[in-house]
Amino acid sequence: MSGESTVTIGLLLPDVLGTYSDAGNATILAQRLRWRGIPAEIRTITACDVPVTTCAVYLLGGGEDTAQQFAADWLRRHDQLRRALETSAVTLAVCAGLQILGRSMSDASGHHYPGLDLLDITTAPGRQRAVGEVIATCTVPGIGSLTGFENHRGVTTLGPGTAPLGRVITGTGNGTSEGTTRYRTEGVFTDRIIGTYLHGPVLARNPALADHILHKVTGQVMPALDLPDQAALRHTYLSHTYLGRNYLGHTYLQGRFSRCS
Amino acid sequence: MVVRTPGVSPAATSPPGQRRWGWWTRAAVRAGLITAGLSRRLGLGAGSIIGGRVTLALDAHALRRLAAGRRVVLVSGTNGKTTTSHLVAAAVRTVGPVAHNSGGSNMADGAVAALAEARDAEYAVIEVDELHLAAVAEAVDPMVVVLLNLTRDQLDRATEVGAIASAVGHALARHPRTVVVANADDPMVVSAAKLATRSVWVAAGSSWLGDASSCPRCGHTLTFTESGWECVCGLARPTPDWRIENGKACTSNMVLPLDIRLPGQVNRSNAAMALAAACAVGVAADQAASALREVDVVAGRYAVVHRGAQNLRMLLAKNPAGWAGMLSMLGESRPLLVIINAREADGRDTSWLWDVPFEQLTSRQVVASGERAADLGVRLSYAGLEHQTVADPLAALAALPAGEIDVVANYTAFHHFRRRLLGGSRLSREREVAR
Ligand SMILES: [Zn+2]
Repeated sequence: MSGESTVTIGLLLPDVLGTYSDAGNATILAQRLRWRGIPAEIRTITACDVPVTTCAVYLLGGGEDTAQQFAADWLRRHDQLRRALETSAVTLAVCAGLQILGRSMSDASGHHYPGLDLLDITTAPGRQRAVGEVIATCTVPGIGSLTGFENHRGVTTLGPGTAPLGRVITGTGNGTSEGTTRYRTEGVFTDRIIGTYLHGPVLARNPALADHILHKVTGQVMPALDLPDQAALRHTYLSHTYLGRNYLGHTYLQGRFSRCS
Repeated sequence: MVVRTPGVSPAATSPPGQRRWGWWTRAAVRAGLITAGLSRRLGLGAGSIIGGRVTLALDAHALRRLAAGRRVVLVSGTNGKTTTSHLVAAAVRTVGPVAHNSGGSNMADGAVAALAEARDAEYAVIEVDELHLAAVAEAVDPMVVVLLNLTRDQLDRATEVGAIASAVGHALARHPRTVVVANADDPMVVSAAKLATRSVWVAAGSSWLGDASSCPRCGHTLTFTESGWECVCGLARPTPDWRIENGKACTSNMVLPLDIRLPGQVNRSNAAMALAAACAVGVAADQAASALREVDVVAGRYAVVHRGAQNLRMLLAKNPAGWAGMLSMLGESRPLLVIINAREADGRDTSWLWDVPFEQLTSRQVVASGERAADLGVRLSYAGLEHQTVADPLAALAALPAGEIDVVANYTAFHHFRRRLLGGSRLSREREVAR
């Protein structure tokens, strides 16, 4: 793609999967392109629309159980879009969005329903809701530490040959582990799809991940951006003092507020 | 069923002062009041939470016993609880003494403290956190429940909104005599209040549809029409009993002025809800409406604090829905100080900042502050807003000019900043006046 052409960012179903402010990821990608002189456009695709299938990037956010099932049905009905996610676009899928792209999901009552089968993962509800800060080491070279907030009950098992996005240092992530060292995994990373449990603009906290996506989409090297407060924000969430404090908060929250569906 | 007439006449029950609490409850209440007084004298805070906790620890049924025989109005919802409960209390106070958790401590302990401190009050107006509404309603058997709105707030500490709406609905279904004054424009509220036996629907508006655009029952996208909203599953906006037209509250046979002193469309909606609630309690409508006009400051909110040459207008917004209502209250080009914390009471997760349309805050000086100033600063940059970032809010004032300044803070940020601005002495004087 040349520097002149507009990069379109498709925000999928923000009316259904908008619970955790994930729409901010679209703003972040678009602004980081514009600041580098590359025109960008956000296309909002609601459940009432016939989806555009030519976007360079698609974003799928998080949502509650009923919303997730509705979104999965909707995506399955739009096969052209599914093909775009499979063959032409780069997708960032967060939380419920990640689960939808897998083979299957089951809800709290044990009912199974199919996903889009774009990722070799399956998700079942865990015993407890995972709520709190996550720090993970990204498996993608050059991205470093990932920071984000998780709030989910899904336990996601990766199929053989499916790579995680990160190794969990604190928090829960996928809730499963792998490898000979049994490290705990966070998210999924494939050629076209980045899936994560880190919600609420994961890209605001991890600009290197945003630029990885943009590099993939444009083929261009993304020069560094000096965004005010960005370093302070990462320091807040990655510093040791914060870690100690938050880790207590994490356990406390889980114990006290685990009555979610 | 729709209740069109006001509630029963105020003479139907005996005044609570004549009721007898058991000696153990009396002792528990006294211990709580002593603790609260001690906490206040030591300058530890308003004391109501700790006092209520002491009472509850000694007598687990204290809430039920303290509420027995009183006419209780519970005010709940994600946004506007504190303001609306102050408005309801002002209206109900025209017919008798009211116990009210005016400081906004909105769990069982706060309710216990308010009832203990006004033991002879025949009426009680209690603000209740939406997560605790079911339990508190169970204990106090309310005469009226006001359900303002249910949107996402502090999701990391709460359950998901749909689960809250469902719990609230089932609690309301267990109280067939309770009149539920509910916002007909909020799909989450409607899905909960539909389970109530007696409801009064108020077209109070919904300034933020972030969670509400998909159906709380089936997940389908809602269809919005001129007359409201509906879903394929049959959930639809009920016909309102109260509407707001040209700044007036209207029913099929009444038109009442709503010229309140609190700013913003959101507060006009809160006032309409309060008016409907006061009428359901038995307050004469015009008497209630004129009482609402007297309310100007609510637990420190909307107050103007003078500091040097700066006049700080103190506003509180703790989530995207709160901000959506707040944006219209901000002065066109007035400098703005935004203070964001992420303590437990605020929610540890700052993601919600990304659902606030900060893009609309053009042409003004903005300073980002608070314990999460960096999160806010990054958000503002992506919104295209030039700003300064000063983590300490008192230090941030130095970066702002003389004259009128809007201060918008979330929950703990608001209270910490206010305390630092005013100092302990003035806060305790305010409390005396509020009694
Ligand atoms: Zn429906």
